[in-house]
Amino acid sequence: MKAKVLLSLTLLCGYLAVPSARAGDAVPDAPAACELPPYLLATDSQLHKVADTVTAGKPLEILVIGSRSTTIPSSEESSYPARMQAILKEKLPPAEVVHVSVELQSKKTAEEAASTFVKLMEAKTPTLVIWQTGTVDAIRSIDPDDFRSAVTDGVAALQNAGADVVLMNLQYSPRTESMISAPPYLDNMRVVAQEHDVPLFDRFAIMRQWNDQGQFDLFSPSRGPELAKQVHDCLGRALAQFVIDAAHLGPGQQQN
Amino acid sequence: MSIADQVTGSTIAGTAGSPVGANPVGANPVGAKPAEVRPRVAAPAITLPAIGERELRLDLFRGLALWLIFIDHLPPNLLTWFTIRNYGFSDATEIFIFISGYTAAFVYGRAMLENGFLIATARILRRVWQIYVAHVFLFTIFLAEISYVATSFENPLYTEEMGIMDFLKQPDITIVQALLLRFRPVNMDVLPLYIVLMLALPLILWSMKWRPDVTLALSALLYAATWELDLYFSAYPNGFWAFNPFAWQLLFVFGAWCALGGARRMSRILASPVTMWISIAYLVAAFYVTLTWYVPQLSHFMPKRLEQWMYPIDKTDLDVLRFTHFLALAALTVRFLPREWPGLKSPWLRPLIVCGQHSLEIFCLGVFLAFAGHFILAEVASGPAMHALISLSGILIMWAMASLISWYKRVADKSGAKAKNAVGNADLAGGG
Repeated sequence: MKAKVLLSLTLLCGYLAVPSARAGDAVPDAPAACELPPYLLATDSQLHKVADTVTAGKPLEILVIGSRSTTIPSSEESSYPARMQAILKEKLPPAEVVHVSVELQSKKTAEEAASTFVKLMEAKTPTLVIWQTGTVDAIRSIDPDDFRSAVTDGVAALQNAGADVVLMNLQYSPRTESMISAPPYLDNMRVVAQEHDVPLFDRFAIMRQWNDQGQFDLFSPSRGPELAKQVHDCLGRALAQFVIDAAHLGPGQQQN
Repeated sequence: MSIADQVTGSTIAGTAGSPVGANPVGANPVGAKPAEVRPRVAAPAITLPAIGERELRLDLFRGLALWLIFIDHLPPNLLTWFTIRNYGFSDATEIFIFISGYTAAFVYGRAMLENGFLIATARILRRVWQIYVAHVFLFTIFLAEISYVATSFENPLYTEEMGIMDFLKQPDITIVQALLLRFRPVNMDVLPLYIVLMLALPLILWSMKWRPDVTLALSALLYAATWELDLYFSAYPNGFWAFNPFAWQLLFVFGAWCALGGARRMSRILASPVTMWISIAYLVAAFYVTLTWYVPQLSHFMPKRLEQWMYPIDKTDLDVLRFTHFLALAALTVRFLPREWPGLKSPWLRPLIVCGQHSLEIFCLGVFLAFAGHFILAEVASGPAMHALISLSGILIMWAMASLISWYKRVADKSGAKAKNAVGNADLAGGG
């Protein structure tokens, strides 16, 4: 028992040491833990409006529509939207203004969230909307067909309002795998993304990759926010890279 | 037309070239079981096979289905690649429901002919009760697991996913809904379907006794109506049953129809090389389509129009593509795996067969083991080695349990041998 306590204390110190060391420099190179095979970030669909905005040097306004898994309780600045903003600022031309705002739709199904989109898009006029959905629908086992049509309607509403759209699917959550059936919702989001030529950020596959490769232990029952912070940091980096690639703003491309 | 078809002792010309004499039931050696043929069933609309040896192919494939269902209920791992759903449209559920319909009709159909509608119905209801109790037992285990995880798991990464525990806040509603079979946790969909199908069995058998073909036609009509009119069973808190009984009854009734003489009458179709080649072509095409799910590069060779027509391949309502895929599989199985195949007696297939012989018990055990496996992976250790270990030990435990039940039954039957009617053997009727 004693040894266990000691061990966990040592580990805890290690965990605490990592982020404080990192806080020193603004955006260090991606930690090894974030590594992903390229196919997980590949997409055939393009973000034309993002590309136009950046090449024209106009400010890039990004809206993340999400739910509770968009944030980390009590550490907003470590959540993936904030991390994505930091990385985008780093990677895009220095003059580019990037602003990421977050719209939380806690405990709302895709259908309930989508019904607010018209108003939401009148209030804000983002260039890019990242819509993260599916978890609440999976928890409430909403009929997958209804889910698909809700996502379809939502994507159409966002596109009609003149924004580029990225869909983001569920988290990989191994501890609740036997209770929440994710596959129908993952499949349907993939179908909608294909039909509407919208890039799909496959958060589920990405997190599973990290877990399977041992970069993160997502089974961990840890109560501290450290694991969540590291995962969100990597998600933010992956998402920023994904947006840059889908808008064809990579090195060598952003000059033209 | 099935794995089980030759139960009727029919001859299929192509089957291993063995010219077993056609054995229409009327010509059965009546002396062997005089009780079988009574005057009042002299010319029934349905024909029952003679009680002979157990049809081992039924047990074999039901055992296989049970193993595959267990593996499919675990998180994906290496063994998952051996399950048939990766190679075509249909999966183990189709096999399971078909064989259940077949065996149920076989056992209770005989009871209905011999003892009348009332007695048979009473026996069916007793079986339904057993399955219901098994379902409630599994639900209790599910509750135990989810409650444990709810109180021990506070990773801030997953606050949202913990919303699944919300139903624990209203046990008054949830538990009642579960008892009404309307609350359906993940992986607990098959038993409720089976309960509903068994409840309808007296009606199905009664109608089969009158006109088997009309019954099958009515069943197909209900299936079509389900698709046309969107019939469904609602679930709690929303949505509907993952397996729509209005649609899946087709497979069950078809199994029953085969058991009650349909298979024998179809033997000529089954034996025809045309059937064989159509089946092979269909299975190959289905395999190719499945391949495009895993190798997206291949999907460039898929006609867009075909894709639009084909997707989504609906499991809830037993898509026609799934049903026909099962038919093709079954047709080939019956053709290439004859009833007398000596391999059926080999010790290597024994584990599968013995599991198939106690399907209700082994099915429930499989669901429980899948829960336990999830639990171990989540709470104790994970990793591919652990995963493989859990899958393999799960199968070994299922085998051990089935052997134990068999052994106990043998001993118990011996000691109480007096009036044990072979027909009344409930586990031939299969379970959940």
